[in-house]
Amino acid sequence: MNPFAYTRAYGVDTALDEKTDVAQYIGGGTNLIDLMKEDVMHSELLIDVNHLPFHTIEETEAGGVRLGAMMTNAETAYHPLIEERYPLLSKAILSGASPQLRNMATNGGNLMQRTRCYYFYDTATPCNKRQPGSGCSAINGFNRIHAILGTSSECIATHPSDMCVALAALDAVVHVSGKNGKRTIPFTEFHRLPELNPEKDNTLQSDELITEIELPAEGFKDHFTYIKIRDRQSYAFALVSVAAALQLDGDTVRDVRIALGGVAHKPWRDQGAESLLKGKKATEENFEQVAETILANAQGFGHNTFKIELAKRAIIRALSEALVNQHHA
Amino acid sequence: MSLIFESEAPAGVSSTSPITLKINGSEKQFPIAPWTTLLDALREHLDMTGTKKGCDHGQCGACTVLVNGKRINSCLTLAVMQEGNDIQTIEGLSKGEQLHPLQEAFIEHDAFQCGYCTPGQICSAVGLMNEGKAHNASEIRELMSGNLCRCGAYTNIVDAIEDVMKKEGRVNQ
Ligand SMILES: Cc1cc2nc3c(=O)[nH]c(=O)nc-3n(C[C@H](O)[C@H](O)[C@H](O)COP(=O)(O)OP(=O)(O)OC[C@H]3O[C@@H](n4cnc5c(N)ncnc54)[C@H](O)[C@@H]3O)c2cc1C
Ligand code: SF4
Ligand code: FES
Ligand code: FES
Repeated sequence: MNPFAYTRAYGVDTALDEKTDVAQYIGGGTNLIDLMKEDVMHSELLIDVNHLPFHTIEETEAGGVRLGAMMTNAETAYHPLIEERYPLLSKAILSGASPQLRNMATNGGNLMQRTRCYYFYDTATPCNKRQPGSGCSAINGFNRIHAILGTSSECIATHPSDMCVALAALDAVVHVSGKNGKRTIPFTEFHRLPELNPEKDNTLQSDELITEIELPAEGFKDHFTYIKIRDRQSYAFALVSVAAALQLDGDTVRDVRIALGGVAHKPWRDQGAESLLKGKKATEENFEQVAETILANAQGFGHNTFKIELAKRAIIRALSEALVNQHHA
Repeated sequence: MSLIFESEAPAGVSSTSPITLKINGSEKQFPIAPWTTLLDALREHLDMTGTKKGCDHGQCGACTVLVNGKRINSCLTLAVMQEGNDIQTIEGLSKGEQLHPLQEAFIEHDAFQCGYCTPGQICSAVGLMNEGKAHNASEIRELMSGNLCRCGAYTNIVDAIEDVMKKEGRVNQ
């Protein structure tokens, strides 16, 4: 790690005051410290945001809840309100990392975690995300874990979070504070596609701090699932994951959410494909049609081409499971 | 491993400053650079080598310690971030000569071979029991997945933990 100074922020204003381009916020440290040890990220000052007052889950007037950004992933997943009303979120969080890491990782840090692309971690190889303009080693290299949707000529990395896949499905909203005040960002607009500037993972400005994540009232607790397909059953990142949620009138689909992880630079939602299913019967045939539509423009790069078929089957399985899943809290 | 003494501080950054950590109930004050992990602080500065370094990247669990009763990977947190917290390491589990029930059970069940992962496994198991989310062997397996064992002592590790949980009435029998 490069040498740096350390400071604790006890108020949002001080945190924002200290933030410059050579300073970083630090939450649990589980991604930042790792990347600093690897010499991938550097900082002259770390601003510890763990003592800021965003450690609770509160119900909103709109009937939803607001999660504090400095709460840990474990506190969030096991919180009674989340287990009861948003079991999809609990399930996604608990499928990620390990108990130790979930005890450290904060909700804000989880959104901001960087890709696990091996070349991004390897400072001896070109990588546009780490060093803009140097090239992408993955496109013609080993790319088994890489993206099949929304890629660009400059980067085919995926966003590795499980929690974020559930937040995308639930239409969460991110609350942030910056030097110019506060704003909210709809979850599907928080992370971005790589396009020609893959060094930017998301639409947060460099001074901005995530303070809360808001969930709307509808938690899809009656029909949901999170499926995570990976090389070993626990403590591994997703090759493909699916958050699926349904609302039904009898056997007709009233509302549906499908978000994919492990396939793109951001949690993948395709509202157009979802709307194909609304008003239709919840049958395997209709699920297949949605899966085909979502993957219609998918592109493999060799080692990861298997993800296209895998994602289709995972979507169909997830919707079928969500159909019969009844939440028993 | 990057040696903690190697680095030079940028202008305006004092390389070391005194901090106080509460470890196993006693307060330790010592000078430290901000970029020192809790794991390196324990092993290199305080000579508490019970906590092990496996991967140094959050992937193996050998460095597991308890902070305010919760298990964490000490390789991915800075010592300075833990000021004010209650840190418990493997050295703090026994009461004098009397071993912690999990330590006893690991011996009883032969739950290790080389022993390198063991302090992390035991601290992790203490955290698991504090959390109270595991109620059977399969849940113990899932919630101990943050601790790898190169020797493959997994079945005996799960048996040892299950045994202690049974004695304390915490598993469905
Ligand atoms: C071995 C291993 C396995 C893992 N497996 C999984 C997995 O299977 N699934 C999964 O989803 N994740 C997994 N993770 C990743 C883990 O979930 C993330 O590292 C964690 O969520 C990051 O949160 P943190 O608080 O530790 O972030 P930090 O490391 O503290 O910060 C990460 C980034 O976020 C920024 N940041 C932190 N807080 C804020 C804030 N409030 N506002 C703005 N910026 C902020 C920091 O500046 C930094 O750039 C794994 C990690 C490891 C090490
Ligand atoms: S896929 Fe993206 S992160 Fe990976 S090497 Fe290419 S540019 Fe870098
Ligand atoms: S040494 Fe910390 S997890 Fe491996
Ligand atoms: S006993 Fe050797 S690594 Fe676990």
